Formats: sequence, structure tokens, C-alpha cells
Amino acid sequence: MSDSREWTPQAIQAEIDALKHKPGALLPILHALQDRFGFIPEAAVPLIADSLGQTRAEVHGVIGFYHHFRTAPPGRHVVQICRAEACQAMGARPLEAHAKASLGIDYHQTTVDREVTLEAVYCLGNCACGPAVRVDDRVLGRVDAERFDALIDELQTRPLEVIA
Amino acid sequence: MSVRVFVPRDTTALSLGADAVAARLEREARARGLALTLVRNGSRGAAWLEPLVEVETANGRLAFGPVIAEDIPGLLDAGLLDGDLLAGDTGHPLALGPTEALPWFARQQRLTFARIGLTDPLSIADYLAHDGYRGLETALTRTPQELVEEVKASGLRGRGGAAFPTGIKWQTVLDTPADQKYIVCNADEGDSGTFADRLAMECDPYLLIEGMTIAGLAVGATQGYIYLRSEYPLAKTILDAAIAHAEAAGYLGDDIRGSGHAFHLEVRLGAGAYICGEETSLLESLEGKRGLVRFKPPLPAIEGLFGRPTVVNNVLSLAAVPFILAEGAQAYADVGMGRSRGTLALQLAGNVKRGGLVELAFGASLRTLMEEFGGGTASGRPLRAVQVGGPLCAYLPESQWDLPLDYEAFAEVGAGVGHGGVVMFDDSVDMAEQARFSMEFCKTESCGKCTPCRIGSTRGVEVIDRIRAGENRAANLALLGELCETMEDGSLCAMGGMTPFPVRSALTHFPDDFRRPVEGD
Ligand SMILES: Cc1cc2nc3c(=O)[nH]c(=O)nc-3n(C[C@H](O)[C@H](O)[C@H](O)COP(=O)(O)O)c2cc1C
Ligand code: SF4
Ligand code: FES
Repeated sequence: MSDSREWTPQAIQAEIDALKHKPGALLPILHALQDRFGFIPEAAVPLIADSLGQTRAEVHGVIGFYHHFRTAPPGRHVVQICRAEACQAMGARPLEAHAKASLGIDYHQTTVDREVTLEAVYCLGNCACGPAVRVDDRVLGRVDAERFDALIDELQTRPLEVIA
Repeated sequence: MSVRVFVPRDTTALSLGADAVAARLEREARARGLALTLVRNGSRGAAWLEPLVEVETANGRLAFGPVIAEDIPGLLDAGLLDGDLLAGDTGHPLALGPTEALPWFARQQRLTFARIGLTDPLSIADYLAHDGYRGLETALTRTPQELVEEVKASGLRGRGGAAFPTGIKWQTVLDTPADQKYIVCNADEGDSGTFADRLAMECDPYLLIEGMTIAGLAVGATQGYIYLRSEYPLAKTILDAAIAHAEAAGYLGDDIRGSGHAFHLEVRLGAGAYICGEETSLLESLEGKRGLVRFKPPLPAIEGLFGRPTVVNNVLSLAAVPFILAEGAQAYADVGMGRSRGTLALQLAGNVKRGGLVELAFGASLRTLMEEFGGGTASGRPLRAVQVGGPLCAYLPESQWDLPLDYEAFAEVGAGVGHGGVVMFDDSVDMAEQARFSMEFCKTESCGKCTPCRIGSTRGVEVIDRIRAGENRAANLALLGELCETMEDGSLCAMGGMTPFPVRSALTHFPDDFRRPVEGD
């Protein structure tokens, strides 16, 4: 993971300060933190609470309410499988079983090599071309077991390191 | 002369390799010394033909699809860019002829989606060249009350699911005095099988911006928010860029086109909560809170965002407004059936051969839609069930496929049109499993405020599991019925109140699926 994704209290505070003036700033702040660090570090909670004049419990409550927000660092890539009806009609259930078995993890878990975090999602708006899968910010359509394996291979193939 | 070639860039086209197609096209053309201007347009909504490549000719655009990168050399060999061949058919198996002559497009009635796929979504010049901002131009010459009257006269009803008359909602906001009012666009599009909001935002973002600006003028609101689901990252990028361009061109900001009227717009992201599509939960979320559903009254139109009068409208309700202003309310009201006026954006999804966006006047039958447009299932197996209107609406068996697509006709049989999603299932579907999913989804997505919804759905999953396992079937089926009743009667919103609809429809129309022999029997 690159250094810029490592959080520091200063970096967290900078993100908060850039947004705290907005009406209803909490969700924008949480998004900014997760976009930057991959998750919401626990240390962010008191900083946000102080900056917005809210209690820590309130901030915790909001983070916990929304499925999108993570409180632990994800792997290098986040892979989301659409579990909703239109994708079910095209084989999302066998796909999710295959994904869990081949990666050896369940939803909300990360592979031991920390390459892939698997998550469930309910619709990616690609319902005419299911099953749909999202990898980071890229959405894929008509993903069967074979395409899924090819995708994972692609994610796990890192450029060879050049020996100086 | 440089030929213009269009390769779409919406989520669906990209999900099927449109970027690779575009890159390959440019590389091959360069290698062959062919002149080509690549336009990354929006999608025309024919998901089944994506990536749909189009070539501009003197006689309109010619369509090729679905194209993958590997097809490009062959298409160029066949004369994709060649003036002569373009007039007719290249003879290539992917050549579909003039795009607009394809029956799948020609039989649609596109009012709201008239422009998708024609333009570069971010080009204001394109938007203007294709009749964009004519609605706003008219609106700037009218009084707020005249604007509200126009929307009322169009008969437009909210496209988010509840079908409430848009003009009446606007009237309430107009009539409520306040120091600040808001226009909130509900772009949470959580229903499985729906993607029309996404297409509108990704392929024609200025349409939504124009609709919201007109709404602001009509009710006296100077600030708008688009509450967009976080599952739509591309729509976020496109909307943010479009808003910046519109501001730079004077279509948003403190003084819209020199009129002295202000309207500001900002995109806010949701965070993966289905319930935040419910309007009061959405407002809580926009205020930075948990998305707990509010009691009504007060109506959001009177006490909405930050306690101020707020219009909350679906993307498609707002996107219908520019047409109504540009062409007149009557032109919109002339289309449709009964009290359902205008067009409905249907989204063919799931196990369908020719899926995508089909905009039709209200009144077409579901069967026509699924057969003539959809072409049956993708698997080629018989169609067995169809869920229209999202996860809170009923599964319809064949006996109900002749229903006309109309709010009242659907409501009469306990079904819903909702946001127009049509999810098709072939005969391999297990309807007991689908019923279980409905309960599971409610359990996962309940905001937790009322017990019948929160606990009822958890119990519902357990009871269906027991039924499927063959434990005390009769007693558990009776219990499931009672649970559904409790949820229907005791829930504050449609999440808990309507989850029983798909469950009951599965029980009523597909009872055998609940009586399957237990594995190992
Ligand atoms: C559980 C639930 C989810 C909803 N999801 C959405 C949604 O994703 N998009 C939407 O526009 N309306 C949704 N609605 C309907 C809204 O509450 C509201 O009726 C709508 O935004 C009003 O806009 P309209 O009048 O333009 O349809 C949902 C309602 C419920 C109960
Ligand atoms: S019905 Fe469910 S989602 Fe709706 S308010 Fe009650 S608990 Fe929340
Ligand atoms: S249901 Fe899977 S993308 Fe919509």
C-alpha cells in the first residue's frame, strides 16, 4: 500500500477541515476519509466529533448505519458481487458461491495475501447484463465463474520488480 | 475527410469492454492511416447491443454491435470507415444498418430519453444543438405559479415509485414561505432491475440539471442536491463535471443566464443503504445522520431538508420537466392512458435476451414489452416469473402478463409499476428462494425504527427456511401469512409494509415451489 493511504491525525484533520463548513458535512467527510485511506480509522471518530460539535456516539452510529463505510483496512482491491434479483436471474448465486470458494473467504473478509476484499452489493445498475461485479471503481458485466477467475488473476498479477 | 465514430461510455458499455474497443479503433486506424474522429457518446440504452459502435454518414448513423476489441480489424477490413460502403451494408455480421431504423428503437417513444446516446454527455454545445435548455429558456419567461401550473397540466406523476402528482408537490413548496427552499433529486435508484436514472445522469446530465433548475425557479429554491447512490461512481464523475461546465457557462450559479435568478447544485453520495431512497430517510442522510425514516406529517414539502420546504423528486420526474416546458404540458399529457400520463421508462433486466431501456407511453402490455422488445429470455428457456417495480413489488405469473403498464391497472391486482424495472426469470427459478431473499433483503436494509419490519423480516427468513426444509409446513405457512400481515399493518414505510408483496405473490402464484421435496428425502 502506498504511503499516501497511511493515515495520520494531521491528514485526517485536513480532510475534515476541507469539508466541515458544508451543511450536513458528516457523510462527505466519511467518504473523503474512506476514499483516501480505504477505511475510516477509529482515530477519526473523536476528531470528527470535535470538529462538528457532535458526540462520538453519534458519529459511530452513522458509520455503523451505512454498509459502505469500513472500519478496517481493505485489501488492495475491493471486489463487490451483486446479489440482487436481476443478477440472481442470471446466475449470481452460483457466482458468489464460486467466488467465496475460490478466494477462500466470505463477504467482508480479505484474502491472506491482502489482495482482495470481498463484499456484497445490491445492484450496480447493470441489471440487463448480469451478473455484475464491481472491482474498485470499475463495473463488469456478464461475469461467470471463468470471467471471475480471469479477473482475479489480473488483479493478482503485479508488475515484475526491476532489480537495480 | 475524418469520419466520426461513436463508442459509448456509460457503465454498461464500459462493463462490456467499450474502452478497449475505443483504444483498438484508434490504434488500428492510425496504423492504417485512416482518419477518424472518436466520440465517446452516452449509451442509447440498448444494453444487449453494447458496446454499440456507430459510424456517422450522410444518411445518418450506422450501427454495429455488440462489438468487442477483437472485432475491430475485421470491421475496418470490411470498410467500417469507407464512404461507399457506409451508404449501404458493409455485409459484416455485426452491421445492423441505420441505428434509428432498428425496430427496438423505432418502436419506442422517447421523450425524456430523446437525446441519450446521440451526444457527448459533457458537451453543452451538443446539448444545445439537440434542443437542450429550450425548457429553461421558456421557464425564464414565466412566473413561478405559471411553471407549477404547466407541470400540473402535464399530468406528470412521480417516477420514483409512489406516483404522486409532481405539480401538486411543487405547489405546496411554492406556497410555503421560507428563507431557504431546496430541490432534492432522489438518485438513490436502489431497486434491482432499474438503471434509467443512471442512464439519464451518465448520458444526458444537463437534462437533469435543467429540470432541477426549472424546479428551483418554480418553487423559489436556490439550492439543489442530487443524492446519488455510491454504487454509481461514473455518474458521480460525469455529474460533477457537468455541473462545473454548467456553472462556467452561466447555466448554474448566482445569475442564471443573466436572469437574476440563482440556482446552485451539488452532488452528495449515499453510502450503500437501500432505505435512503425513501425520501425522509434520504433527507436525514443528507443532513449527515443515520437514515432513519421520519414520521409524516410534516411533509418534506413543508418541513424537509434542514427543516425547510423541499421538493424531493426522482431523477426521471425532474428529467421530464424540460420537455414539458419546451413542448408544452399538452404534448406530454397527450401521451399515456387513464391517469398515467406521458411515458414510462421501462428497464428490461435479468434473464432477458434484448435488455435495456425501453421508453413507451403508458398502456403497453407487459407481454408486448417482454416479447417484442425483450425477445424472451437470455437463456432461451421458458419465462416463468417477472418482478416489476423493484424488490418491494410482486412477482407476476403468466396469467398477469397481459396487464397494461399503468399505475392503476397494476395497483388493482396488488402489483406495482414502481420505477419501471422489469426483472425476468426463466423456469429454473425457485420462487421459495426468491421469497426468502425478499425477507433477507428487508432484514439487511431495514432502518430499524419499527419492530414489525426489523424483527418480522428476520423471523420471515427463519420461517421460510423451515418451510423449505419441510418442517411443519402447514403451520409455518400459516405463520408466514401472519408475519406478512403484521409487517403490512405495523410498518412505518413501504420497506416493511411492502416486503410481504413479493413474498405473498410467490406463495399465491407458485405454491409448488414451497412444497418441493426436501433434499435427501
Ligand atoms: C424503501 C423505499 C425506497 C425508495 N427508493 C427510492 C429510490 O431509490 N428512488 C426514488 O426516486 N424514490 C424512491 N422511493 C420513493 C421516495 O420515497 C419518494 O416517493 C420519491 O423520491 C418522490 O419522488 P417522485 O415523486 O418524483 O417519485 C423509495 C421509497 C421507499 C419506501
Ligand atoms: S418499515 Fe422498516 S425501513 Fe421503514 S421505517 Fe420501519 S423499520 Fe424503517
Ligand atoms: S441487480 Fe445486479 S446490477 Fe442491478
